Amino acid sequence: AGKSKVDDDVLDNLEEVLVSSDVGVNTTLKIIERIEERVLRDKYLGTDELNQLLREEIAGLLSETNVGEEVDFSIPNQKKPYVIMVVGVNGVGKTTTIGKLAYQFKKQGKKVVLGAADTFRAAAIDQLQVWADRVEVPIVKQNMGSDPASVAYDTLKSAVAQNADVVIIDTAGRLHNKINLMNELTKVKRVMQKVVDSAPHEVLLVLDGSTGQNAFEQAKQFTKATEVTSLAVTKLDGTAKGGVVIGISDQFKIPVKYIGVGEGIEDLQVFNKYEFVDSFFK
Amino acid sequence: MFDNLSDKLDKALHVLKGHGQITEINVAETLKEVRRALLDADVNFKTAKEFTNRVKEKALGQNVLTTLQPGQLMVKIVKDELTSLMGGDAAGIDLSGNPSVILMSGLQGSGKTTFSGKLAGFLKNKKTKKPLLVACDVYRPAAIDQLHVVGEQLEVDVYSDRENNNPVAIAKAAIAHAKTNGHNVVIVDTAGRLAVDEQMMTEIANIHKAIKPNETLFVVDSMTGQDAVNTAKAFNDVLNFDGVILTKLDGDTRGGAALSIKSVVNKPIKFIGTGEKMDAMDVFYPSRMADRILGM
Ligand SMILES: Nc1nc2c(ncn2[C@@H]2O[C@H](COP(=O)(O)OP(=O)(O)OP(=O)(O)O)[C@@H](O)[C@H]2O)c(=O)[nH]1
Ligand SMILES: Nc1nc2c(ncn2[C@@H]2O[C@H](COP(=O)(O)OP(=O)(O)OP(=O)(O)O)[C@@H](O)[C@H]2O)c(=O)[nH]1
Ligand SMILES: [K+]
Ligand SMILES: [Mg+2]
Ligand SMILES: [Mg+2]
Repeated sequence: AGKSKVDDDVLDNLEEVLVSSDVGVNTTLKIIERIEERVLRDKYLGTDELNQLLREEIAGLLSETNVGEEVDFSIPNQKKPYVIMVVGVNGVGKTTTIGKLAYQFKKQGKKVVLGAADTFRAAAIDQLQVWADRVEVPIVKQNMGSDPASVAYDTLKSAVAQNADVVIIDTAGRLHNKINLMNELTKVKRVMQKVVDSAPHEVLLVLDGSTGQNAFEQAKQFTKATEVTSLAVTKLDGTAKGGVVIGISDQFKIPVKYIGVGEGIEDLQVFNKYEFVDSFFK
Repeated sequence: MFDNLSDKLDKALHVLKGHGQITEINVAETLKEVRRALLDADVNFKTAKEFTNRVKEKALGQNVLTTLQPGQLMVKIVKDELTSLMGGDAAGIDLSGNPSVILMSGLQGSGKTTFSGKLAGFLKNKKTKKPLLVACDVYRPAAIDQLHVVGEQLEVDVYSDRENNNPVAIAKAAIAHAKTNGHNVVIVDTAGRLAVDEQMMTEIANIHKAIKPNETLFVVDSMTGQDAVNTAKAFNDVLNFDGVILTKLDGDTRGGAALSIKSVVNKPIKFIGTGEKMDAMDVFYPSRMADRILGM
């Protein structure tokens, strides 16, 4: 017995929570529609059940792409070196995420090499060098202004020679509407294949958790240029929720792998969709 | 998506016109489209609501429903309202101090260091000032190096002290340095910080207290979503900043954060960043921003 539909206030409130978490109007409406359908089918719904339903629906949108349900920082064993190229718009946290990831892999006893292919931004190379020193892993670099593809090439050569397990390539931040810069990224990727023909095994797109709907276009354009295979969402230690990744993950079928929760070396976590959804209500 | 908001509104109103009597309910329908456009542009949820309520009153006052192209008139009302909300007091920079002290603030990666450089270049080249850049970010790896590289590119002096990890002391020493070396503008770059980080917010409050800046600027990434209001409000509560810098507008973000921030703190948007190069800045044009938010 009880209500056969959720009342409007509850749905309005849900809409506000989702939109305010940067989920976006489209995805929000999609989620609300699904909930309305479920309510029609299952009839009675109290607030607790509704919250549970919401978690399920959002998790559902994220789940097709999170098949592995990763629980730790693991990399496939068969590929050696396993090459990760990190891309994204300016200032989202690429270099920092690389430092944190290198730390995690190193902790597991992996041999990690970093490549400083951001040769453009002021002191970008020095910044990655600081991280390499912190984690105590080797870095391959050239001078500021040199060809990023050439740095990536050198890095892979060196990694192969050292018999490294993981290579992480930093790239300069670039806005996705700059065609030349996006083409440059395609070239960096292609050049790596001259050394390791299946490289890069992973293209990690870093999204700033405080970014709004523009993240969609970022995902679209970076995917076009480099076939993004995974996402990291940073700066979730603040009040921003990063909800836009729900729609992105759903539409482009790219899994969210990591979240950044601070500036420190330990502040990277493996993405957990339930905790992520719960954070919208805090 | 809303390249043709005007068409959409025309259609919404037209259909309803067919029913003869046009009422407040019809306007409400079209306002839904406006609200949706604003939310898609990352205007804050509450700001968008308040905004559409204001537009509704204006629309009902201006007989939108009896004109031939009601959609166009609605768009005009929306645009004018957006423009006037984001505009206001023409916003220069206070250069009256000797030296004039400018303090930069904002979240991580918003573009503070880059804009510090751009502003220094602008003041040097366009206003014949002798700026000093000050490195008060003692946390981010290579932050000091970054500011030095920028300074070298611009041929502007940079003050830093790698032995000192107290930004308040560095800022004070830099101002003394500026006085003895004839710098008439001091631009203090600070570390990125989150509004919820109490310790870091206290730090910048202390810098602010110690150097009493002529201008405190809040630097915000134009791609920011719904959180823009929280952050702007929190920084404003602590610093009572004088103006906003909106960066990375060379991208394709609609930039609704501009409206949200203006409505929540009511401080002028003074400059925009339009690229990574040191000359990529401009003054803020409210009307252009309104077009952009509406996707027109
Ligand atoms: N609070 C917080 N700050 C972060 C996080 N990740 C990165 N940052 C900070 O964000 C700022 C930018 O980070 P970077 O790693 O330099 O970003 P990037 O994408 O490499 O930037 P560019 O190379 O200039 O495009 C730095 O101040 C970082 O310390 C995070 O998860 N939380
Ligand atoms: N395309 C574009 N990039 C910009 C603009 N302003 C800054 N950037 C880039 O954004 C990234 C971050 O800029 P920074 O100046 O390092 O930002 P910050 O606020 O000092 O960062 P933290 O010190 O880490 O908090 C860099 O890659 C800059 O080149 C802009 O207007 N357009
Ligand atoms: K940002
Ligand atoms: Mg970087
Ligand atoms: Mg900085």
